[in-house]
Amino acid sequence: MPGTRRWLLLRAGGVLFVLWASATITFFALRLVPGDPAEAILGGPGSQAGPEALEQVRREYGLDRPLAVQYLTYLGRLVSGDLGQSYSLHKPVATAIGEQLGATLTLAVCALALAWVLACALAAWSVRGGRVAWAIGSGLELVAAAVPHFWLATVLILLFSTTLGILPPVSVPGPLGVVLPALTLAVPLAGFLGQVMRESLLTAMESPFVTTARARGESEVRIFWRHTLRHAAIPAVGLSGWAFGSLISGAVVVEAVFARQGLGRSLLSAVQLRDVTLVTGIVLVVALAYTVMTLVTDVADRLVDPRTRAVAR
Amino acid sequence: MSGVGRSGAGRRAAGFRPTVAEALAGLVLVLLLVAAIWPGLLAPGDPLAVSRTEAFQPPSLAHVFGTDESGRDIWTRVVHGAAESLRIGALATAIGIGLATVLGLLAGLGPRWLDFGTTRLVEVLFAFPGLLLALLFIVVTGPGVLSSTIAVGLATAPGYARIIRSQVRRTASAEFVEAARVLGRGRVWIVTRHVLPNVTAALFVLATLGLGQAVIWVSSLSYLGLGAVPPAAEWGAMLAAGRTYIASFWWMTFFPGLAIVAAAAAATVLGRGIQKRNRSAS
Repeated sequence: MPGTRRWLLLRAGGVLFVLWASATITFFALRLVPGDPAEAILGGPGSQAGPEALEQVRREYGLDRPLAVQYLTYLGRLVSGDLGQSYSLHKPVATAIGEQLGATLTLAVCALALAWVLACALAAWSVRGGRVAWAIGSGLELVAAAVPHFWLATVLILLFSTTLGILPPVSVPGPLGVVLPALTLAVPLAGFLGQVMRESLLTAMESPFVTTARARGESEVRIFWRHTLRHAAIPAVGLSGWAFGSLISGAVVVEAVFARQGLGRSLLSAVQLRDVTLVTGIVLVVALAYTVMTLVTDVADRLVDPRTRAVAR
Repeated sequence: MSGVGRSGAGRRAAGFRPTVAEALAGLVLVLLLVAAIWPGLLAPGDPLAVSRTEAFQPPSLAHVFGTDESGRDIWTRVVHGAAESLRIGALATAIGIGLATVLGLLAGLGPRWLDFGTTRLVEVLFAFPGLLLALLFIVVTGPGVLSSTIAVGLATAPGYARIIRSQVRRTASAEFVEAARVLGRGRVWIVTRHVLPNVTAALFVLATLGLGQAVIWVSSLSYLGLGAVPPAAEWGAMLAAGRTYIASFWWMTFFPGLAIVAAAAAATVLGRGIQKRNRSAS
Protein backbone atom coordinates (compact mmCIF):
# COMPACT_ATOMS: atom_id res chain seq x y z
CA MET A 1 0.00 0.00 0.00
CA PRO A 2 2.14 2.92 -1.19
CA GLY A 3 -0.73 5.33 -0.43
CA THR A 4 -0.77 4.28 3.18
CA ARG A 5 2.99 4.65 3.54
CA ARG A 6 2.88 8.16 2.11
CA TRP A 7 0.00 9.04 4.38
CA LEU A 8 1.83 7.63 7.40
CA LEU A 9 4.97 9.63 6.57
CA LEU A 10 2.92 12.80 6.20
CA ARG A 11 1.18 12.18 9.50
CA ALA A 12 4.46 11.47 11.31
CA GLY A 13 5.89 14.67 9.85
CA GLY A 14 2.82 16.50 11.11
CA VAL A 15 3.42 15.14 14.61
CA LEU A 16 7.04 16.30 14.56
CA PHE A 17 5.90 19.74 13.42
CA VAL A 18 3.33 19.98 16.21
CA LEU A 19 5.95 18.98 18.79
CA TRP A 20 8.45 21.54 17.50
CA ALA A 21 5.76 24.25 17.48
CA SER A 22 4.59 23.44 21.03
CA ALA A 23 8.19 23.57 22.26
CA THR A 24 8.55 26.96 20.57
CA ILE A 25 5.33 28.26 22.10
CA THR A 26 6.40 27.16 25.58
CA PHE A 27 9.86 28.68 25.09
CA PHE A 28 8.35 32.07 24.36
CA ALA A 29 5.78 31.63 27.13
CA LEU A 30 8.78 31.27 29.45
CA ARG A 31 10.18 34.58 28.18
CA LEU A 32 6.80 36.31 28.57
CA VAL A 33 6.63 35.70 32.29
CA PRO A 34 7.23 39.06 33.95
CA GLY A 35 10.27 39.41 36.15
CA ASP A 36 13.87 38.29 35.91
CA PRO A 37 14.16 34.65 34.78
CA ALA A 38 17.40 34.32 36.77
CA GLU A 39 15.54 35.38 39.90
CA ALA A 40 12.76 32.90 39.11
CA ILE A 41 15.32 30.10 38.88
CA LEU A 42 16.67 31.02 42.31
CA GLY A 43 13.20 30.81 43.89
CA GLY A 44 11.16 33.78 42.73
CA PRO A 45 11.06 37.37 43.99
CA GLY A 46 11.14 36.16 47.61
CA SER A 47 14.55 34.59 47.26
CA GLN A 48 16.45 37.86 47.87
CA ALA A 49 19.31 36.61 45.75
CA GLY A 50 22.39 38.80 45.62
CA PRO A 51 23.70 40.30 42.38
CA GLU A 52 26.61 37.83 42.22
CA ALA A 53 24.28 34.84 42.57
CA LEU A 54 22.01 36.24 39.84
CA GLU A 55 25.00 36.82 37.59
CA GLN A 56 26.19 33.26 38.14
CA VAL A 57 22.78 31.81 37.31
CA ARG A 58 22.61 33.94 34.17
CA ARG A 59 25.93 32.56 33.02
CA GLU A 60 25.05 28.99 34.00
CA TYR A 61 21.74 29.02 32.12
CA GLY A 62 23.05 31.05 29.20
CA LEU A 63 20.60 33.87 29.90
CA ASP A 64 23.26 36.45 28.98
CA ARG A 65 23.50 35.11 25.44
CA PRO A 66 21.35 36.18 22.44
CA LEU A 67 17.76 34.89 22.33
CA ALA A 68 18.37 32.84 19.18
CA VAL A 69 21.24 30.99 20.86
CA GLN A 70 19.12 30.41 23.96
CA TYR A 71 16.31 29.06 21.79
CA LEU A 72 18.56 26.62 19.96
CA THR A 73 20.15 25.46 23.21
CA TYR A 74 16.66 24.93 24.62
CA LEU A 75 15.60 22.81 21.64
CA GLY A 76 18.84 20.84 21.83
CA ARG A 77 18.26 20.12 25.51
CA LEU A 78 14.66 19.04 24.87
CA VAL A 79 15.78 16.57 22.21
CA SER A 80 18.18 15.00 24.69
CA GLY A 81 15.35 14.78 27.26
CA ASP A 82 16.56 17.61 29.50
CA LEU A 83 13.51 19.64 30.56
CA GLY A 84 15.41 21.94 32.90
CA GLN A 85 15.54 22.34 36.65
CA SER A 86 12.50 22.91 38.88
CA TYR A 87 13.24 25.57 41.48
CA SER A 88 10.34 24.64 43.75
CA LEU A 89 11.29 20.95 43.93
CA HIS A 90 15.08 21.43 43.63
CA LYS A 91 15.40 18.63 41.12
CA PRO A 92 15.33 18.09 37.35
CA VAL A 93 11.86 18.45 35.83
CA ALA A 94 12.23 15.13 33.98
CA THR A 95 12.87 13.32 37.28
CA ALA A 96 9.88 15.01 38.93
CA ILE A 97 7.61 14.01 36.03
CA GLY A 98 8.91 10.43 36.12
CA GLU A 99 8.00 10.18 39.81
CA GLN A 100 4.43 11.41 39.29
CA LEU A 101 3.56 9.82 35.95
CA GLY A 102 2.66 6.36 37.28
CA ALA A 103 0.02 7.58 39.73
CA THR A 104 -1.75 9.68 37.10
CA LEU A 105 -1.63 6.93 34.47
CA THR A 106 -3.13 4.42 36.93
CA LEU A 107 -5.91 6.87 37.70
CA ALA A 108 -6.57 7.66 34.03
CA VAL A 109 -6.66 4.01 32.93
CA CYS A 110 -9.01 3.04 35.79
CA ALA A 111 -11.26 5.99 34.98
CA LEU A 112 -11.33 5.22 31.25
CA ALA A 113 -12.24 1.56 31.85
CA LEU A 114 -14.90 2.53 34.38
CA ALA A 115 -16.35 5.14 32.01
CA TRP A 116 -16.74 2.56 29.23
CA VAL A 117 -18.38 0.08 31.60
CA LEU A 118 -20.81 2.74 32.85
CA ALA A 119 -21.64 4.04 29.36
CA CYS A 120 -22.23 0.57 27.88
CA ALA A 121 -24.27 -0.62 30.85
CA LEU A 122 -26.48 2.45 30.69
CA ALA A 123 -26.92 2.09 26.93
CA ALA A 124 -27.79 -1.60 27.27
CA TRP A 125 -30.32 -0.91 29.99
CA SER A 126 -32.01 2.02 28.32
CA VAL A 127 -32.25 0.35 24.91
CA ARG A 128 -34.15 -2.60 26.34
CA GLY A 129 -36.24 -0.78 28.91
CA GLY A 130 -38.70 0.99 26.62
CA ARG A 131 -39.40 4.69 26.22
CA VAL A 132 -39.20 5.63 29.91
CA ALA A 133 -35.81 3.96 30.34
CA TRP A 134 -34.60 5.67 27.16
CA ALA A 135 -35.60 9.07 28.53
CA ILE A 136 -34.07 8.36 31.95
CA GLY A 137 -30.88 7.11 30.29
CA SER A 138 -30.40 10.18 28.14
CA GLY A 139 -31.27 12.42 31.10
CA LEU A 140 -28.65 10.72 33.26
CA GLU A 141 -26.02 11.08 30.54
CA LEU A 142 -26.85 14.74 30.17
CA VAL A 143 -26.51 15.48 33.88
CA ALA A 144 -23.35 13.34 34.11
CA ALA A 145 -21.76 15.32 31.29
CA ALA A 146 -22.72 18.62 32.96
CA VAL A 147 -21.27 17.81 36.38
CA PRO A 148 -18.03 19.58 37.26
CA HIS A 149 -15.37 17.23 38.66
CA PHE A 150 -14.81 19.18 41.85
CA TRP A 151 -18.47 19.10 42.81
CA LEU A 152 -18.93 15.43 41.97
CA ALA A 153 -15.88 14.65 44.10
CA THR A 154 -17.45 16.53 46.99
CA VAL A 155 -20.76 14.70 46.65
CA LEU A 156 -19.05 11.30 46.41
CA ILE A 157 -16.96 12.04 49.50
CA LEU A 158 -20.13 13.05 51.36
CA LEU A 159 -21.90 9.88 50.29
CA PHE A 160 -19.21 7.20 50.57
CA SER A 161 -16.93 8.61 53.25
CA THR A 162 -18.91 10.88 55.54
CA THR A 163 -22.30 9.13 55.46
CA LEU A 164 -21.54 5.49 54.66
CA GLY A 165 -17.93 5.47 55.85
CA ILE A 166 -16.85 2.74 53.43
CA LEU A 167 -14.24 4.60 51.38
CA PRO A 168 -11.46 6.99 52.42
CA PRO A 169 -12.11 10.72 51.71
CA VAL A 170 -8.48 11.39 50.79
CA SER A 171 -6.49 9.14 48.56
CA VAL A 172 -4.65 6.48 50.53
CA PRO A 173 -2.11 4.15 48.94
CA GLY A 174 -3.54 0.91 47.57
CA PRO A 175 -6.52 0.00 45.41
CA LEU A 176 -9.15 1.44 47.80
CA GLY A 177 -7.75 4.93 47.42
CA VAL A 178 -8.19 5.00 43.67
CA VAL A 179 -11.93 4.17 43.70
CA LEU A 180 -13.42 7.60 44.41
CA PRO A 181 -10.98 9.61 42.25
CA ALA A 182 -11.48 7.21 39.33
CA LEU A 183 -15.26 7.30 39.75
CA THR A 184 -15.18 11.12 39.79
CA LEU A 185 -13.28 11.19 36.51
CA ALA A 186 -15.33 8.40 34.95
CA VAL A 187 -18.88 9.75 35.44
CA PRO A 188 -18.64 12.91 33.26
CA LEU A 189 -16.66 10.98 30.63
CA ALA A 190 -19.27 8.22 30.62
CA GLY A 191 -21.89 10.91 30.06
CA PHE A 192 -20.07 12.19 26.97
CA LEU A 193 -19.38 8.71 25.60
CA GLY A 194 -22.99 7.71 26.22
CA GLN A 195 -24.32 10.75 24.38
CA VAL A 196 -22.13 10.02 21.37
CA MET A 197 -23.12 6.35 21.39
CA ARG A 198 -26.81 7.11 21.73
CA GLU A 199 -26.86 9.08 18.48
CA SER A 200 -25.48 6.14 16.54
CA LEU A 201 -27.47 3.55 18.50
CA LEU A 202 -30.62 4.86 16.83
CA THR A 203 -29.22 4.51 13.31
CA ALA A 204 -27.69 1.14 14.14
CA MET A 205 -31.01 -0.22 15.40
CA GLU A 206 -32.64 0.55 12.07
CA SER A 207 -29.76 -0.77 9.96
CA PRO A 208 -30.27 -3.70 7.60
CA PHE A 209 -27.71 -5.79 9.49
CA VAL A 210 -29.85 -5.68 12.63
CA THR A 211 -32.95 -6.68 10.69
CA THR A 212 -30.97 -9.50 9.11
CA ALA A 213 -29.75 -10.68 12.49
CA ARG A 214 -33.30 -10.55 13.82
CA ALA A 215 -34.54 -12.51 10.81
CA ARG A 216 -31.85 -15.10 11.49
CA GLY A 217 -33.47 -15.53 14.88
CA GLU A 218 -30.71 -14.10 17.05
CA SER A 219 -31.82 -13.03 20.51
CA GLU A 220 -32.27 -9.32 21.24
CA VAL A 221 -29.50 -9.43 23.87
CA ARG A 222 -27.09 -10.94 21.39
CA ILE A 223 -28.09 -8.47 18.70
CA PHE A 224 -27.41 -5.58 21.04
CA TRP A 225 -23.98 -6.70 22.24
CA ARG A 226 -22.76 -8.15 18.95
CA HIS A 227 -24.15 -5.73 16.39
CA THR A 228 -25.80 -2.57 17.65
CA LEU A 229 -23.33 -1.67 20.40
CA ARG A 230 -20.29 -2.42 18.26
CA HIS A 231 -21.58 -0.17 15.55
CA ALA A 232 -22.48 2.56 18.01
CA ALA A 233 -19.12 2.39 19.78
CA ILE A 234 -17.05 3.25 16.68
CA PRO A 235 -17.50 7.04 16.88
CA ALA A 236 -16.94 6.92 20.65
CA VAL A 237 -13.70 4.96 20.21
CA GLY A 238 -12.60 7.61 17.75
CA LEU A 239 -12.86 10.04 20.66
CA SER A 240 -10.18 8.19 22.66
CA GLY A 241 -7.60 10.88 22.00
CA TRP A 242 -10.00 13.53 23.19
CA ALA A 243 -10.96 11.38 26.19
CA PHE A 244 -7.30 11.16 27.19
CA GLY A 245 -7.01 14.94 27.08
CA SER A 246 -10.12 15.44 29.16
CA LEU A 247 -8.89 12.87 31.70
CA ILE A 248 -5.61 14.74 32.10
CA SER A 249 -7.48 18.03 32.50
CA GLY A 250 -9.76 16.37 35.03
CA ALA A 251 -6.82 14.84 36.88
CA VAL A 252 -5.59 18.34 37.77
CA VAL A 253 -8.83 18.97 39.68
CA VAL A 254 -9.42 15.47 41.03
CA GLU A 255 -5.90 14.99 42.36
CA ALA A 256 -6.18 18.33 44.13
CA VAL A 257 -9.53 17.49 45.75
CA PHE A 258 -8.47 14.03 46.93
CA ALA A 259 -4.94 15.16 47.86
CA ARG A 260 -3.67 12.39 45.60
CA GLN A 261 -0.15 12.61 44.23
CA GLY A 262 0.27 12.76 40.49
CA LEU A 263 1.09 14.87 37.47
CA GLY A 264 -2.04 17.00 37.75
CA ARG A 265 -1.37 17.99 41.33
CA SER A 266 2.27 18.78 40.55
CA LEU A 267 1.10 20.94 37.65
CA LEU A 268 -1.35 22.82 39.85
CA SER A 269 1.18 23.53 42.57
CA ALA A 270 3.70 24.55 39.92
CA VAL A 271 1.16 27.04 38.53
CA GLN A 272 0.46 28.37 42.03
CA LEU A 273 4.19 28.76 42.77
CA ARG A 274 4.84 30.01 39.22
CA ASP A 275 7.51 27.40 38.73
CA VAL A 276 7.53 28.02 34.99
CA THR A 277 10.07 25.34 34.08
CA LEU A 278 8.01 22.66 35.79
CA VAL A 279 4.75 23.89 34.20
CA THR A 280 6.17 23.95 30.68
CA GLY A 281 7.86 20.59 31.23
CA ILE A 282 4.64 18.88 32.30
CA VAL A 283 2.63 20.59 29.56
CA LEU A 284 5.15 19.51 26.92
CA VAL A 285 5.20 15.89 28.09
CA VAL A 286 1.40 15.76 28.05
CA ALA A 287 1.30 17.37 24.60
CA LEU A 288 3.76 14.73 23.37
CA ALA A 289 1.67 11.89 24.78
CA TYR A 290 -1.54 13.41 23.47
CA THR A 291 -0.21 13.94 19.93
CA VAL A 292 1.29 10.47 19.69
CA MET A 293 -1.94 9.00 21.02
CA THR A 294 -3.99 10.84 18.38
CA LEU A 295 -1.65 9.49 15.71
CA VAL A 296 -2.03 5.94 17.00
CA THR A 297 -5.83 6.27 17.01
CA ASP A 298 -5.79 7.58 13.45
CA VAL A 299 -3.54 4.78 12.26
CA ALA A 300 -5.66 2.15 14.00
CA ASP A 301 -8.80 3.69 12.53
CA ARG A 302 -7.34 3.56 9.04
CA LEU A 303 -6.18 -0.02 9.37
CA VAL A 304 -9.46 -1.25 10.85
CA ASP A 305 -11.95 0.70 8.79
CA PRO A 306 -11.19 0.65 5.05
CA ARG A 307 -13.78 3.37 4.43
CA THR A 308 -11.51 6.06 5.91
CA ARG A 309 -8.80 5.33 3.34
CA ALA A 310 -10.87 6.77 0.55
CA VAL A 311 -11.59 9.96 2.50
CA ALA A 312 -8.23 10.69 4.06
CA ARG A 313 -5.68 12.59 2.07
CA MET B 1 -39.37 -3.51 22.27
CA SER B 2 -39.43 -1.96 18.83
CA GLY B 3 -36.52 0.31 18.20
CA VAL B 4 -38.30 1.74 15.19
CA GLY B 5 -41.14 3.24 17.22
CA ARG B 6 -38.72 4.87 19.63
CA SER B 7 -36.63 6.49 16.98
CA GLY B 8 -39.87 7.68 15.42
CA ALA B 9 -40.51 9.51 18.68
CA GLY B 10 -37.01 10.95 18.41
CA ARG B 11 -37.84 12.34 15.01
CA ARG B 12 -41.04 13.90 16.26
CA ALA B 13 -39.06 15.64 19.00
CA ALA B 14 -37.22 17.43 16.23
CA GLY B 15 -40.42 19.37 15.50
CA PHE B 16 -40.95 22.81 16.95
CA ARG B 17 -42.82 21.78 20.08
CA PRO B 18 -40.38 21.75 23.02
CA THR B 19 -39.77 18.47 24.84
CA VAL B 20 -40.13 18.19 28.62
CA ALA B 21 -36.36 18.51 29.06
CA GLU B 22 -36.26 21.59 26.86
CA ALA B 23 -39.11 23.22 28.74
CA LEU B 24 -37.30 22.55 32.05
CA ALA B 25 -34.05 23.89 30.61
CA GLY B 26 -35.86 27.02 29.45
CA LEU B 27 -37.29 27.51 32.92
CA VAL B 28 -33.81 27.16 34.46
CA LEU B 29 -32.46 29.67 31.95
CA VAL B 30 -35.19 32.19 32.75
CA LEU B 31 -34.53 31.78 36.49
CA LEU B 32 -30.79 32.22 35.94
CA LEU B 33 -31.36 35.35 33.87
CA VAL B 34 -33.68 36.81 36.50
CA ALA B 35 -31.07 35.97 39.17
CA ALA B 36 -28.36 37.60 37.09
CA ILE B 37 -30.28 40.78 36.24
CA TRP B 38 -32.60 41.36 39.22
CA PRO B 39 -31.21 39.16 42.02
CA GLY B 40 -33.34 41.10 44.54
CA LEU B 41 -36.51 39.54 43.10
CA LEU B 42 -35.45 36.03 44.12
CA ALA B 43 -33.35 36.85 47.16
CA PRO B 44 -33.95 40.24 48.77
CA GLY B 45 -31.17 39.85 51.35
CA ASP B 46 -27.56 41.04 51.22
CA PRO B 47 -25.18 38.31 49.94
CA LEU B 48 -22.34 39.71 52.04
CA ALA B 49 -24.31 40.34 55.28
CA VAL B 50 -22.44 38.60 58.09
CA SER B 51 -24.26 37.28 61.16
CA ARG B 52 -22.03 35.50 63.68
CA THR B 53 -24.96 34.03 65.62
CA GLU B 54 -26.32 32.30 62.51
CA ALA B 55 -23.14 30.57 61.29
CA PHE B 56 -23.34 26.99 59.90
CA GLN B 57 -27.15 26.75 59.99
CA PRO B 58 -28.43 23.66 58.13
CA PRO B 59 -31.08 24.18 55.42
CA SER B 60 -34.37 25.30 57.01
CA LEU B 61 -37.39 27.44 56.16
CA ALA B 62 -35.52 30.60 57.14
CA HIS B 63 -32.42 29.62 55.17
CA VAL B 64 -33.43 27.18 52.41
CA PHE B 65 -29.81 26.42 51.44
CA GLY B 66 -28.41 26.94 54.97
CA THR B 67 -25.74 29.46 55.99
CA ASP B 68 -21.95 29.54 55.73
CA GLU B 69 -19.15 30.05 58.26
CA SER B 70 -19.97 33.75 58.65
CA GLY B 71 -23.73 33.23 58.84
CA ARG B 72 -24.31 34.48 55.28
CA ASP B 73 -27.39 33.02 53.61
CA ILE B 74 -26.29 30.56 50.90
CA TRP B 75 -29.46 30.89 48.79
CA THR B 76 -28.89 34.64 48.61
CA ARG B 77 -25.24 34.11 47.69
CA VAL B 78 -26.07 31.54 45.00
CA VAL B 79 -28.64 33.89 43.45
CA HIS B 80 -26.31 36.89 43.60
CA GLY B 81 -23.44 34.76 42.28
CA ALA B 82 -25.35 34.00 39.07
CA ALA B 83 -24.47 37.35 37.49
CA GLU B 84 -20.72 36.99 38.10
CA SER B 85 -20.56 33.30 37.11
CA LEU B 86 -22.65 33.74 33.97
CA ARG B 87 -20.85 36.91 32.95
CA ILE B 88 -17.46 35.24 33.24
CA GLY B 89 -18.76 32.17 31.39
CA ALA B 90 -20.32 34.26 28.62
CA LEU B 91 -17.19 36.38 28.24
CA ALA B 92 -14.98 33.28 28.00
CA THR B 93 -17.30 31.79 25.37
CA ALA B 94 -17.33 35.05 23.41
CA ILE B 95 -13.53 35.22 23.45
CA GLY B 96 -13.25 31.61 22.32
CA ILE B 97 -15.80 31.90 19.55
CA GLY B 98 -14.58 35.32 18.40
CA LEU B 99 -11.04 34.05 18.05
CA ALA B 100 -12.27 30.86 16.38
CA THR B 101 -14.43 32.78 13.89
CA VAL B 102 -11.46 34.84 12.73
CA LEU B 103 -9.33 31.70 12.39
CA GLY B 104 -12.15 29.76 10.74
CA LEU B 105 -12.90 32.49 8.19
CA LEU B 106 -9.21 32.89 7.35
CA ALA B 107 -8.81 29.17 6.88
CA GLY B 108 -12.08 28.60 5.07
CA LEU B 109 -11.94 31.53 2.65
CA GLY B 110 -8.31 32.57 2.36
CA PRO B 111 -5.81 31.28 -0.17
CA ARG B 112 -4.40 27.80 0.28
CA TRP B 113 -1.26 28.81 2.16
CA LEU B 114 -3.35 30.72 4.70
CA ASP B 115 -5.62 27.73 5.19
CA PHE B 116 -2.55 25.55 5.60
CA GLY B 117 -0.97 27.90 8.17
CA THR B 118 -4.14 28.43 10.17
CA THR B 119 -4.99 24.75 10.21
CA ARG B 120 -1.48 23.91 11.45
CA LEU B 121 -1.78 26.57 14.18
CA VAL B 122 -5.08 25.10 15.33
CA GLU B 123 -3.51 21.64 15.26
CA VAL B 124 -0.67 22.83 17.49
CA LEU B 125 -3.09 24.41 19.96
CA PHE B 126 -5.00 21.13 19.90
CA ALA B 127 -1.93 19.32 21.19
CA PHE B 128 -2.52 20.92 24.60
CA PRO B 129 -5.54 19.40 26.32
CA GLY B 130 -7.96 22.21 27.28
CA LEU B 131 -7.23 22.91 30.92
CA LEU B 132 -3.47 22.67 30.32
CA LEU B 133 -3.56 25.44 27.75
CA ALA B 134 -5.52 27.53 30.26
CA LEU B 135 -2.97 26.80 33.01
CA LEU B 136 -0.07 27.67 30.68
CA PHE B 137 -1.75 31.01 30.04
CA ILE B 138 -2.37 31.63 33.74
CA VAL B 139 1.24 30.94 34.68
CA VAL B 140 2.29 33.67 32.27
CA THR B 141 -0.30 36.27 33.30
CA GLY B 142 -0.77 35.32 36.95
CA PRO B 143 -4.08 34.24 38.51
CA GLY B 144 -7.20 36.41 38.60
CA VAL B 145 -10.74 36.66 37.26
CA LEU B 146 -9.79 38.29 33.96
CA SER B 147 -6.86 36.04 33.18
CA SER B 148 -8.80 32.88 34.02
CA THR B 149 -11.62 34.07 31.74
CA ILE B 150 -9.26 34.74 28.83
CA ALA B 151 -7.50 31.45 29.56
CA VAL B 152 -10.74 29.48 29.20
CA GLY B 153 -11.64 31.38 26.03
CA LEU B 154 -8.24 30.64 24.55
CA ALA B 155 -8.40 26.98 25.56
CA THR B 156 -11.77 26.44 23.88
CA ALA B 157 -10.96 28.33 20.67
CA PRO B 158 -9.20 25.52 18.73
CA GLY B 159 -12.24 23.24 19.00
CA TYR B 160 -14.59 25.95 17.74
CA ALA B 161 -12.19 26.94 14.97
CA ARG B 162 -12.25 23.45 13.50
CA ILE B 163 -16.04 23.36 13.36
CA ILE B 164 -16.30 26.89 11.96
CA ARG B 165 -13.71 26.21 9.26
CA SER B 166 -15.61 23.20 7.98
CA GLN B 167 -18.89 25.17 8.06
CA VAL B 168 -17.31 28.02 6.12
CA ARG B 169 -15.85 25.58 3.61
CA ARG B 170 -19.21 23.92 3.08
CA THR B 171 -20.96 27.26 2.61
CA ALA B 172 -18.26 28.60 0.31
CA SER B 173 -18.74 25.69 -2.07
CA ALA B 174 -22.54 26.00 -2.06
CA GLU B 175 -24.35 26.85 -5.28
CA PHE B 176 -25.65 30.25 -4.19
CA VAL B 177 -22.10 31.39 -3.36
CA GLU B 178 -20.99 30.13 -6.74
CA ALA B 179 -23.84 32.11 -8.26
CA ALA B 180 -22.82 35.27 -6.40
CA ARG B 181 -19.27 34.82 -7.67
CA VAL B 182 -20.51 34.40 -11.24
CA LEU B 183 -22.54 37.60 -10.81
CA GLY B 184 -19.27 39.34 -10.04
CA ARG B 185 -19.82 40.07 -6.33
CA GLY B 186 -16.67 40.94 -4.39
CA ARG B 187 -15.09 38.89 -1.61
CA VAL B 188 -16.33 41.16 1.17
CA TRP B 189 -19.90 41.04 -0.16
CA ILE B 190 -19.83 37.26 -0.33
CA VAL B 191 -18.43 36.92 3.19
CA THR B 192 -20.79 39.38 4.86
CA ARG B 193 -23.95 38.61 2.87
CA HIS B 194 -23.66 34.90 2.21
CA VAL B 195 -21.08 33.10 4.31
CA LEU B 196 -21.48 34.75 7.73
CA PRO B 197 -25.31 34.57 7.88
CA ASN B 198 -25.12 30.89 7.04
CA VAL B 199 -22.50 30.23 9.67
CA THR B 200 -24.32 32.28 12.33
CA ALA B 201 -26.81 29.52 13.11
CA ALA B 202 -23.96 27.12 13.81
CA LEU B 203 -22.16 29.77 15.87
CA PHE B 204 -25.27 30.29 17.98
CA VAL B 205 -25.51 26.58 18.74
CA LEU B 206 -21.80 26.43 19.57
CA ALA B 207 -22.14 29.42 21.87
CA THR B 208 -25.07 27.91 23.76
CA LEU B 209 -23.39 24.53 24.15
CA GLY B 210 -20.08 26.20 24.99
CA LEU B 211 -21.55 28.45 27.67
CA GLY B 212 -22.32 25.48 29.90
CA GLN B 213 -18.80 24.13 29.55
CA ALA B 214 -17.27 27.57 30.05
CA VAL B 215 -19.17 28.03 33.34
CA ILE B 216 -17.80 24.67 34.53
CA TRP B 217 -14.23 25.50 33.49
CA VAL B 218 -14.18 28.98 34.94
CA SER B 219 -15.65 27.79 38.22
CA SER B 220 -13.12 24.93 38.29
CA LEU B 221 -10.33 27.49 38.03
CA SER B 222 -11.88 29.56 40.83
CA TYR B 223 -12.18 26.39 42.88
CA LEU B 224 -8.47 25.77 42.39
CA GLY B 225 -7.79 29.30 43.59
CA LEU B 226 -6.75 30.69 40.19
CA GLY B 227 -9.85 32.75 39.35
CA ALA B 228 -12.38 34.66 41.46
CA VAL B 229 -11.46 34.79 45.15
CA PRO B 230 -13.79 34.63 48.20
CA PRO B 231 -15.74 36.47 49.60
CA ALA B 232 -16.94 37.18 46.04
CA ALA B 233 -20.25 35.36 45.54
CA GLU B 234 -19.01 33.46 42.49
CA TRP B 235 -20.08 29.80 42.45
CA GLY B 236 -16.63 28.25 42.10
CA ALA B 237 -15.18 30.50 44.78
CA MET B 238 -18.10 29.61 47.10
CA LEU B 239 -17.37 25.92 46.60
CA ALA B 240 -13.70 26.50 47.33
CA ALA B 241 -14.59 28.31 50.55
CA GLY B 242 -16.85 25.46 51.64
CA ARG B 243 -14.18 22.86 50.91
CA THR B 244 -12.72 23.05 54.41
CA TYR B 245 -16.10 22.23 55.95
CA ILE B 246 -17.19 19.36 53.67
CA ALA B 247 -17.39 16.74 56.39
CA SER B 248 -19.63 18.69 58.78
CA PHE B 249 -21.48 21.31 56.71
CA TRP B 250 -22.27 19.73 53.34
CA TRP B 251 -24.73 22.40 52.23
CA MET B 252 -21.96 24.97 51.81
CA THR B 253 -20.55 23.08 48.82
CA PHE B 254 -23.60 21.16 47.64
CA PHE B 255 -25.88 24.03 46.61
CA PRO B 256 -23.43 26.28 44.72
CA GLY B 257 -22.37 23.17 42.79
CA LEU B 258 -25.98 22.35 42.03
CA ALA B 259 -26.33 25.80 40.45
CA ILE B 260 -23.36 25.08 38.16
CA VAL B 261 -24.81 21.70 37.15
CA ALA B 262 -28.21 23.27 36.44
CA ALA B 263 -26.69 26.05 34.32
CA ALA B 264 -24.45 23.66 32.36
CA ALA B 265 -27.20 21.08 31.77
CA ALA B 266 -29.74 23.72 30.71
CA ALA B 267 -27.29 25.22 28.22
CA THR B 268 -26.57 21.79 26.76
CA VAL B 269 -30.25 20.86 26.38
CA LEU B 270 -31.11 24.18 24.74
CA GLY B 271 -28.09 24.06 22.43
CA ARG B 272 -28.99 20.54 21.32
CA GLY B 273 -32.61 21.56 20.76
CA ILE B 274 -31.65 24.44 18.50
CA GLN B 275 -29.16 22.22 16.67
CA LYS B 276 -31.84 19.60 15.97
CA ARG B 277 -34.28 22.20 14.66
CA ASN B 278 -31.60 23.78 12.46
CA ARG B 279 -30.84 20.40 10.98
CA SER B 280 -34.44 19.51 10.30
CA ALA B 281 -35.16 22.96 8.87
CA SER B 282 -32.30 22.85 6.39
